Amino acid sequence: MTTTNQNLNIDVMNSIVARYPRKRSAIMPLLHYVQAISGYVTNDGIEKISEILEIETAEVSAVATFYTQYKRKPVGEYHIGVCTNTLCAIMGGDVIMEALKDHLGIENDGVTADGKVSLEHIECNAACDYAPVVMANWEFYDNQSVSSAKDLVDGARAGNPPAPTRGPSKLVTFKEASLVLAGLDDGLANEGTQAGEPTLLGLKLSKEGK
Amino acid sequence: MSQLTPVLSAHWDEKDSFTIEGYKRHGGYNAAAKALAMDPDAVIQMVKDSGLRGRGGAGFPTGMKWGFIPQGDNKDHYLVVNADESEPGTCKDMPLLMANPHVLVEGVIIAAYAIRAKHAFIYIRGEVTHVVRRVNQAITDAYKAGYLGKNIFGTGNDLELVLHIGAGAYICGEETALLDSLEGFRGQPRLRPPFPAIAGLYARPTVVNNVESIASVPAIIANGAEWYQSMGTEKSKGATLYSLSGHVNNPGQFEAPLGITLRQILELAGGVRNGHKLKFWTPGGSSTPLFTDEHLDVPLDYEGVSAAGSMLGTKALQIFDETTCVVRAVLRWTEFYKHESCGKCTPCREGTWWLVQILRDLENGKGTEADLQKLLDLCDNIMGRSFCALGDGATSPITSSIKYFRDEYISHLTNGGCPFDAAKSTLFEEVLR
Repeated sequence: MTTTNQNLNIDVMNSIVARYPRKRSAIMPLLHYVQAISGYVTNDGIEKISEILEIETAEVSAVATFYTQYKRKPVGEYHIGVCTNTLCAIMGGDVIMEALKDHLGIENDGVTADGKVSLEHIECNAACDYAPVVMANWEFYDNQSVSSAKDLVDGARAGNPPAPTRGPSKLVTFKEASLVLAGLDDGLANEGTQAGEPTLLGLKLSKEGK
Repeated sequence: MSQLTPVLSAHWDEKDSFTIEGYKRHGGYNAAAKALAMDPDAVIQMVKDSGLRGRGGAGFPTGMKWGFIPQGDNKDHYLVVNADESEPGTCKDMPLLMANPHVLVEGVIIAAYAIRAKHAFIYIRGEVTHVVRRVNQAITDAYKAGYLGKNIFGTGNDLELVLHIGAGAYICGEETALLDSLEGFRGQPRLRPPFPAIAGLYARPTVVNNVESIASVPAIIANGAEWYQSMGTEKSKGATLYSLSGHVNNPGQFEAPLGITLRQILELAGGVRNGHKLKFWTPGGSSTPLFTDEHLDVPLDYEGVSAAGSMLGTKALQIFDETTCVVRAVLRWTEFYKHESCGKCTPCREGTWWLVQILRDLENGKGTEADLQKLLDLCDNIMGRSFCALGDGATSPITSSIKYFRDEYISHLTNGGCPFDAAKSTLFEEVLR
């Protein structure tokens, strides 16, 4: 593994630590930050976090390997998650997952040779009223079908993915999304819809007196 | 008159509902100003009087939880909001935060003041980039407006609010695992007692509340406990978000008084998808025992669902029609619990692994009828013997599905495999090439 920590900005890392009353609490956003810079949790990143938090590298690794969003090897620039928990699976998630594996020629947790797209089957992503759901860099792609999911990955491979259903007007990369998950502002909060149709259904019906 | 009572969802249809301007247009942050002028104990009393109960699943009275925090102990107190929404089927908190994160921030201000906390955290799941952006912006804007930080609302009170973003672990929705995670460790549940109210975050008195519980507080402060009490049933007061998903014509969020029935909600949603009929459903996520078409008129409040043998849980109504194989559904949930088991305790770690092996064989027609008893025995050794509710929850779909659909398990054996055509359950016509 040839990586370097030269791109990890120590000032940013210290600012993350400063959010918390006790610095060890910063371990999770720091791991997201390492992914924002390197695309996955590198050994150098683990060492840097252990230095900053004054804990053993094994303690950082223990946390990094517990949570599935932390990747110990590079994922694609666009990381695709297909919900195959029961409800989405039955509504079509299983078919979408199989179709994408076939279409991309990769297995679950695989990455395309060009490094553009990785694929993972994911658990319930809190959007069941939009099933079947696909996530790309943890942005919502609602009410998916095999063809729309293929369009998503084809667009991603061509560097021109369709916009999320409920998200910013342009899909950000895995690294860019990781920066948001480290708690940093990317200025895109105002983009996209406030709510999709299912979210608003009860409100709409109540206004109709139902 | 409508059967629905949009309070939390009242302004979600406005394009800027998530902005501070959009929130203030409808009196946003007035409730916090009102609460900060009250005695903190009076705020706790008002929430107690409202009858608000935890909306994260357990239904514990929110005001009572606040009242457990020792006062005058010269210790730091913490408020932690559980926004780790990950229970399969549960999809209310994420759309709420996408459409109106400020109502949660305002609820946090009120709750923190009531329990005398100067530091609060929102622990949000990590797989929702855009929701994170919205909540982060709401916090930033609340700081700029002087609602967070030093001397909030000019009252001399201080409050820091930190957004903590998770990284994909269902177990962190369990409140003590969440606290371990927030302290920077693997998210594994703690032995109780001590309860978080005595020794929570950093071993200090801590309240952990669900998003919807805290978000319900501003309206209670603004409109009064009696107003809130006027909705719902005798012991389950107020309105709540019911999330309808699955084989229905119009899935979505329905904010209604506690006690509404699935039959009523299905009517509003245009029914089960055309040409099909209800087979089984969850009242509150996958950890709540399954219901069938016998339960359409069960009042969906804490007592009603419990009396019918399940739990209100998160009010995640997942609907499955007659095309769905219940063994396949249960197997998939069980695989989820196995994957999400934190590994701390043996009954859950080993038990969920064995449950998956046996269910896989059954689904593939390779089991025997004795396996059904083995499943029930395993469930018996997990339920009540696990460290936390994850293990208990894993048994719910299994025991309830065997109770209602034993014949369907058997038909997998006699048929030599699953008798269902999975393609008929999908929402689209496309099939694999």
